[in-house]
Amino acid sequence: MNPRKALTIGMKTNSQNGSQNTAVIEVTDLKVHYGDKSALNGVSFDVYQNEILGIIGPAQSGKTTLLKVINRTLEFTPDTTVAGSVKLDGEDISTIGDVYGLRRRIGMVQPLPVGLPLSIYDNVAFAPRTAGIRSKSELDEIVERCLQQAALWEEVKDRLSTLGTKLSGGQQQRLTIARALSHQPDILCLDEFSIAVDPITTMRIEDVLKTLQTEMTILLVTNLVQQAKRLANRTAFFLNGDLIEIDTTDIIFSDNPAEQATYDYVNGTFG
Amino acid sequence: MNTDMQASPQTMFTETEISKQKRWTENVMRIFFLVMTSLMILPLLLIVGYLLYKALPVLSLEFLFTNPKDNMRAGGLWAPFLGTIYLVVVSLLVSAPIGVFAAVYLNEYARESWFTRITNLAVVNLAGVPSIVHALFGVGAFVLFAGLGESILAASLTLAIMTLPVIIASTTEALKAVPMSFREACWNLGATRWQTIRRIVIPNSISGILTGVILQVSRAAGETAPIMFTGAVFYKNIAEGNLFAYNITEQCMALSLHLFTISTQVPDVTEGVPYGTAVVLVGSVLLVNAAAIVLRVYLRTRKKW
Repeated sequence: MNPRKALTIGMKTNSQNGSQNTAVIEVTDLKVHYGDKSALNGVSFDVYQNEILGIIGPAQSGKTTLLKVINRTLEFTPDTTVAGSVKLDGEDISTIGDVYGLRRRIGMVQPLPVGLPLSIYDNVAFAPRTAGIRSKSELDEIVERCLQQAALWEEVKDRLSTLGTKLSGGQQQRLTIARALSHQPDILCLDEFSIAVDPITTMRIEDVLKTLQTEMTILLVTNLVQQAKRLANRTAFFLNGDLIEIDTTDIIFSDNPAEQATYDYVNGTFG
Repeated sequence: MNTDMQASPQTMFTETEISKQKRWTENVMRIFFLVMTSLMILPLLLIVGYLLYKALPVLSLEFLFTNPKDNMRAGGLWAPFLGTIYLVVVSLLVSAPIGVFAAVYLNEYARESWFTRITNLAVVNLAGVPSIVHALFGVGAFVLFAGLGESILAASLTLAIMTLPVIIASTTEALKAVPMSFREACWNLGATRWQTIRRIVIPNSISGILTGVILQVSRAAGETAPIMFTGAVFYKNIAEGNLFAYNITEQCMALSLHLFTISTQVPDVTEGVPYGTAVVLVGSVLLVNAAAIVLRVYLRTRKKW
């Protein structure tokens, strides 16, 4: 159960994967505490360029916390302490000067779709506007591109001025993906995006993610083990704040992953 | 299930002793709550009805726009009416911005610390301080210490201190009603706290904020104690029909104090005048509250989630 051991396994096997293995995110001995309660007990792993990294594990295993550390929104939660380092393109995020710039490099999609109480257009244009883009034609272009990418454009192109919150759950989730893409992130983090979405929409979004993979790195936190199997190049298994194992998805879902706990979780014989 | 209990076939939906009892309790409780609600409405209707009946002979536009005369035994309400407007407007000009912005700070920026805990404690306790205590504070702080003398300004500041904690509390409630997930979504998009507040939090809580502020109009207009030592006088003659007849560094009349005076201190007041004064006081407060309700309904129709 040593996370460091798991890390070396992950690195070794990545060469078999065939994809580039430039590390975009390097997490080293990351520890997070909420008050006295430990949420991550020293995890280390890398995320490679243009991969989909599936992150699986039961509730309370630190997956969401990990995403919040990466875009530094954990800072909004009172009484948290973070130790260890997270590097983005070799730069330590804790000392990064422009934290808003950091957050714009990372697209974040949350479990329940949060349509901001704005029009569909304004939802997608929100981030570009906060970043200072004012030109109508530029915004139009961003809105169309992102809604296209999120496979929502055809459904909403005639009613961009209606409220984002009036869309159905699945549409709202695609809207939040479009919004997460609006600031042209290098990394897209999805936190259990399919929790409130029907299976058909989930499949559509999964197709979207496969396409997006060519342009960006994707961290896919999911409760659906099979979703990781379908999409992820590599999969990391978290349990109670520890990184149990990270390896290519093929190995994690094979009959002999390095850890018995991984096998049990993936095959539903856990506990 | 025991089938030979009764001759008639018993289904799951046949009425039993227990369900009969439930239905009976249900009816009794509904009537009980209805009676309680009526008991609340009844005194209000009686008060307003009685006041209107007694005041009817004196009520007219002239009553509103002429000054009291014959040592306040007759005449209209212009001086106290305008005075109350001055007091309410000036006090809210002070307390509304401070209260709203303080609440925004406490709710959106401040982290849980001894400072915020003490502030919240102070807010809750200040809201419960009797108005006469505010009056004494106003005399000490504004009239004497700050050297404002007995003036509209000193009285308004006293009223502002009185309404401030309630405005902070109501604004905090309105801000809390905006889901946290909206803020998180904004932060994830690289928005600053201020951008989040300006574009999402305030637009979606403004109806609650304004309602809270407007409801304080009625409190400021109705209170007598905080103003009677700080700026309100028994009698002052001002130009009729001139909205700028008062100077905020001078004293003024006020409806609440005027009502007290003519009801208890002045003998032989024309029948109807005190009732008319009460009607004007209650009526203008109700008018402002009605405006608050209309505003809230209007803003709620634009509510977006």
